[in-house]
Amino acid sequence: MTRYVLKRLVGMLVVIFLVLTIAFVIVRLAPGDPAALMLGPEATPEEAAELRTQLGLDRPIAVQYFAFVSRAVQGDLGTSLFFRQPVTEVLAGRAEPTIFLSLFSLLFALIIATPIGIYAAYRRGSFLDQAAITTAMLAASVPSFWTGLMFQRYLATDLGWFPASGYGGPDASFLDRMGYLILPSIVLGIVNSALILRFTRASMLDILGEDYVRTARSKGMGEARVVLRHALKNAAIPIITVVGLTFALLVSGAVVTERVFNIPGMGNLVVSAVLRRDYPVIQGTLIVVATVYVLINLITDLLYLLVDKRVKY
Amino acid sequence: MAATASAGSEPTFWALLLSRRAVLVALLVFVVIVALCVLAPLVAPADPAKMSVRARLTAPGADYLLGADAFGRDVFSRLLYAGRVSLTIGLGVAALSSVAGIAIGLLAGFFRRLDAPMSRLVDAMMAFPDILLAIALVSILGGSIVNVIIALSIVYTPRIARIVRASTLVIRELPYVEAAVALGSSTVTIMFTHVLRNILSPIIVQATFIFAYAMLAEAGLSFLGVGIDPSTPSWGTMINEGRQYLDQAAFLIVFPGLAISISVLALQLIGDGFRDAMDPRLAKDL
Repeated sequence: MTRYVLKRLVGMLVVIFLVLTIAFVIVRLAPGDPAALMLGPEATPEEAAELRTQLGLDRPIAVQYFAFVSRAVQGDLGTSLFFRQPVTEVLAGRAEPTIFLSLFSLLFALIIATPIGIYAAYRRGSFLDQAAITTAMLAASVPSFWTGLMFQRYLATDLGWFPASGYGGPDASFLDRMGYLILPSIVLGIVNSALILRFTRASMLDILGEDYVRTARSKGMGEARVVLRHALKNAAIPIITVVGLTFALLVSGAVVTERVFNIPGMGNLVVSAVLRRDYPVIQGTLIVVATVYVLINLITDLLYLLVDKRVKY
Repeated sequence: MAATASAGSEPTFWALLLSRRAVLVALLVFVVIVALCVLAPLVAPADPAKMSVRARLTAPGADYLLGADAFGRDVFSRLLYAGRVSLTIGLGVAALSSVAGIAIGLLAGFFRRLDAPMSRLVDAMMAFPDILLAIALVSILGGSIVNVIIALSIVYTPRIARIVRASTLVIRELPYVEAAVALGSSTVTIMFTHVLRNILSPIIVQATFIFAYAMLAEAGLSFLGVGIDPSTPSWGTMINEGRQYLDQAAFLIVFPGLAISISVLALQLIGDGFRDAMDPRLAKDL
C-alpha cells in the first residue's frame, strides 16, 4: 500500500508540474505586452522596457519558465495587474464564497440524489425510477445559469424567499453571508445531483444483484437493512468516485452561478480578470483549481482503501 | 416502428436505436430543430436584425410569436438564426475534438514510448474545469466563432483521447492485429484499418455527448460575456442580453433557455441510444 501511495504521489507531482506548464504556455500566448498592460495606456516605452527588465520578461523563455515554476512551487503566483497585489492574496480574499458554495451544493446534491438513486435502483423499472432518470437527464441538460436566473426571478424577487443576489455588505456576519448562498447552492446542487443520482442508481443496481444480497434476504433480513447496511456500504466506492469527479463540475458551475447571483467569489474574479486582461489572476486561478482537483482525486483514491478493505493496491 | 429486425436474425443498428421510444422522439425533435435553424432564411417570419421601437419588449402573441426584444427585434427569428451559431459550434467542437483525440489516443495507445507522456498530459488537461480552461483560452484567442470552436475543442480533446487510448490498448493485443503485423501491414494501415475501424462506436457516442456539452459551454461563455461577439446572436448571447429585462420580460430568456435545454437533452438521449445500439453490452441502465 505504501508503494501505491508513493506512486500516486509521484504521479500527482508530475501532473501538477504539467498543469504549471500549461498555465505558463497559455499566458505566454496572450496578446500584448504584460509590462504595458500593468503600467496602463499612459506609460512610455522606456517605462515599459524598465518594467520588463524588472519582471524578467526580457530574459530567454526557458529562463522565464524555470523562474515561474520555482516561484509557483513556493506559493508565489505573481502579481495581479489590476489589484497590484499578489495573486495568492487576491484569490484567498475570494475563496470563502466559492468554497462554501461548492460545499453546500455538493451537500444538497448528495441529500437529494443519494436516497432517490437508491430507491430508484430498488424499484427498478417503476414509475418513480423512470421519473428519476428522466429528471436527472433533464437537470444535466438545462444550463445552470438559466435555472439560476429563473429561480432568482420567481423564488427571490417575486416570492421573496431568498436574497436575490450579492453576499451581504462588509459588516455582514458569517451566517448572513451564508444565507446569500442558499439559492445559488440549490441551483448548482441540481446540476450535480443529476450525475450523483445516475451513478448511485447504477452502482446500487450492480450491488443488488450480488450473491451476498440474495443470501442476506434468504436469511430473512429486513429489506431496509439489506439495502442500507449491505448494499449501500458496498456502493460507497463508486459514489465516492463521483463525488470526486463532481469537483470539476462544481467549479465550472460556480463560475457561472457566482456571476448570476453577483457573488464575489473566485469564479466571478476570473471572469472579471478576463474582461480586464489580468492574465496573472487567470493563470493563478487555473493553477489553484487544477491542483485542488488533482489533490481531491488522490484523496478519493486513498479513501477507497479505508471504505473497502477488499481493495488492494 | 419504422425498423424491425427480421425473424431469426440479429437486430440491426437502426432497429435497436429506434426501438427505444425516447430515442426516437429525441431524434425527431433534434432533426426538427436542426431543420428549422438551417432553413431559418425561409422559415423566419422577420429579419432577425430588424429593429422596431414600437415593438420594444412586446410579449409573445399574434404579431410576434415569441415576443420582441429590447430593440423590437423578433425573438423567434433571432432564435432560429442563433441556433445556427450554437449548433455549428457544437458540431465543430465534436468534429475537431474527435479528430485530435483520435490522433493523440491512437499514438498513445499504439506506441508505448509515447503512452506515459501523452497520458500525463491528458490527465493534466483534464484537471482544469471545462469552463475555466475555455475562458482562459478564449481570452487569449479572442471571441470569434472559430476561436470558440478551437478553445472548446482543446478542452474536450482529452475526453476522446482517453477513450481511444484505452480501446487501442485492448485492440492492439487481439489476434487479428497480430496477424496483420505478421502479414507485413504497415503501422499506419493497422492503426487506421484495423484499430480505428473497431473503436469507432465509443468515439461516436462520446462525440455526441461532446456536441451537447459544447453547446452548453458555448452558452455559458456567451452568458459570461467572454464567448463570441455579442453582435452575433447565439442562444447564450440571447440569454445574456435578456438578463437585464428579467423582471419585465422573462420570455426573453425563457425561449433561448428552452432551446438549449431541449437540444442538449435530445443529444444526450441520442448519445445513450447510440451507445446501447452500437454495443448492447455497454447498456448500463443509466
